[in-house]
Amino acid sequence: MATEEMEQLVRREYKDGFVTDIESDTLPPGLDEDTIAFISRKKGEPEWMLEWRLDAYQQWLKMKEPSWAHLDYPPIDYQEISYFSAPKRPEDRPQSLDEVDPKLLETYEKLGIPLHERAALAGVAVDAVFDSESVITTFKKELGEAGVIFCSISEAVQEYPELVKAYLGTVVPKNDNYFAALNSAVFTDGSFVFVPKGVKCPMELSTYFRINAENTGQFERTLIVCESGAEVSYLEGCTAPQRDENQLHAAVVELVALDDAYIKYSTVQNWYPGDENGVGGIYNFVTKRGDCRGERSRISWTQVETGSAITWKYPSCMLRGKDSIGEFYSVAVTGGRQQADTGTKMVHIGEGTRSTIISKGISSGNSNQSYRGLVKIGPRAKGARNYTECDSLLIGDTCGAHTYPYQEIGNSTSTLEHEATTSKIGEDQLFYCQSRGISEEDAVSMIVNGFCKDVFQELPMEFAVEAEALLNVTLEGAVG
Amino acid sequence: MLEVNDLHVSVEGNEILKGLTLTINAGEVHAIMGPNGAGKSTLSAVIAGKEGYEVTQGSILYDGRDVLEMEIEERAQAGLLLGFQYPVEIPGVKNIYLLKAALNAQRAAQGKGEIPAPEFMKLIKEKIANMKMDASFLQRAVNEGFSGGEKKRNEILQMLVLQPRLAMLDEIDSGLDIDAMRVVSDGVNSLRSEERAILLVTHYQRLLDFVVPDFVHVLVDGRIVKSGNAELARELEANGYEGIEESVA
Repeated sequence: MATEEMEQLVRREYKDGFVTDIESDTLPPGLDEDTIAFISRKKGEPEWMLEWRLDAYQQWLKMKEPSWAHLDYPPIDYQEISYFSAPKRPEDRPQSLDEVDPKLLETYEKLGIPLHERAALAGVAVDAVFDSESVITTFKKELGEAGVIFCSISEAVQEYPELVKAYLGTVVPKNDNYFAALNSAVFTDGSFVFVPKGVKCPMELSTYFRINAENTGQFERTLIVCESGAEVSYLEGCTAPQRDENQLHAAVVELVALDDAYIKYSTVQNWYPGDENGVGGIYNFVTKRGDCRGERSRISWTQVETGSAITWKYPSCMLRGKDSIGEFYSVAVTGGRQQADTGTKMVHIGEGTRSTIISKGISSGNSNQSYRGLVKIGPRAKGARNYTECDSLLIGDTCGAHTYPYQEIGNSTSTLEHEATTSKIGEDQLFYCQSRGISEEDAVSMIVNGFCKDVFQELPMEFAVEAEALLNVTLEGAVG
Repeated sequence: MLEVNDLHVSVEGNEILKGLTLTINAGEVHAIMGPNGAGKSTLSAVIAGKEGYEVTQGSILYDGRDVLEMEIEERAQAGLLLGFQYPVEIPGVKNIYLLKAALNAQRAAQGKGEIPAPEFMKLIKEKIANMKMDASFLQRAVNEGFSGGEKKRNEILQMLVLQPRLAMLDEIDSGLDIDAMRVVSDGVNSLRSEERAILLVTHYQRLLDFVVPDFVHVLVDGRIVKSGNAELARELEANGYEGIEESVA
């Protein structure tokens, strides 16, 4: 007993000492120029960055929140949000896995997440240094030798200001849309990747490996640049359900590919979708755009979206360079009361540009899903080609799927193909599998995985296996 | 093995089967024939557990168990297997994957572990050769883009792998050319054994030249109106169903 009391005492002292320090680091809710100046100062940013942010803020003030998406959510009060919060204090977090929601742990188990990672994902106060740090150091060394820069965007602003200045906001301008403008004003973290001329990045880059991956926050900003002939495969997110105190997420991702460069960007998004009534889920308003600036450049988006209460997301490609290629492969799964309005934009500007869109939407429960895609072919994009396939699968009869394909064609030498299907998860297919002795649950997972196969095979191997497991966990109990 | 007693079945309020009684013992091959709309396919669908069929009266017993109380997959695991007239396509799911999942589900129900991969491959290779199918079929999505004949072969392939105790084949002969008919019939005949029974549902007598049944039943308007041996099928071929209907009336 005595020792325990001692320990409590020690901890309390430590806590008190810590609190003062932290509190000065957390902003009260509200957004004005002072807020932005505070963020910029906290990040130790140079003057030009602050001016950039303030300009974005001024533009944001003049803009209106978009309302065209097929989404329904209560109005967001932007003055009610805290735009800078320091990491949660260790004593405010669960102290061990015993304090974590057993349901969450069960999911980790099913997804096959290694034990030591579960604690970190559930937000348990683990000692800062965990096993993988040595691994990360090794990776950093290998990347450094190849000349690849991979760091947080804040670090990049300080360490590589010329590169950031040259590319930031050149793909997604500050005033591109309401959420992008907001992000430009207040972004607090994100990744920066620069792959120099002719370098093929020696490994797949994942935000997961970044030491400061924790608490990446609600306004992430990612910038990836591949110089001529460079290649990189970037993985974002994690299959494990992630909890976050922040309800609104408005990220911006910009990709730049110069001549013959190839950027492959894969996402698995599994933010908290809210409870059965949709309460407490994450609102995810993301602007992702790739610029195929160089000839024969190629940008490929692959995404598996299963989380969030609201998803508003259209990873796009600007196909400027002659013969450049844009690709979009997507699986979106919604259940409960989730709403997703997602799709892509392929803007063909250069001659001989090609794009492929494969979108698979799966809705169950009371969820609603929309595919929204634009294929725009400019007058100079002679011989441009697009292939679009969007398929929706409905599970049960209380969910919805909608498709909004838009096409704008500015010349007569282009070829567009569009295929779309909506099917209910076939009772016939289910019966067929069950009449072979396969249980209903296994049959659903088999059919759904088959439906998504074209997209899963675009994912890096490890991710694909995880994505399949994720799909099975997500759809558990969706039928019957 | 299977006892169907005074079975009445309705679909959306319309009575399709109106008191059907049938007993099938191990080692026997039964053929159910009849005009379109007589309820031939309904019988096998109800035994397999397809939704949308309401049993209003009567019973189905399989080894003394009440079939209507069993889950669909349970029936299959217990050896009641339906070969479909129109097998569905399942995009993205490899044929071999379905076969393996089905076989392992059956083994699990019997308290056995999953089949080791080499053993499974050996089994599949043998069966696919029996059905004169190319190994590439295994890697294709279930029934996707298969011709009518290929789909039917695939149904029999599943039977050969799963070795049901009662194989129910619904119009397995429809859409087959003569070569495919031979392969399919050879497959069905290879299933014949003392422990197993086969129920053929067919509109034409042609199949029964290849798979000679022990019993033939004529189903008209939801009831079996006449039973006999293989000879009955030939009579039907000669005189048509009308003759039977008249003689019954």
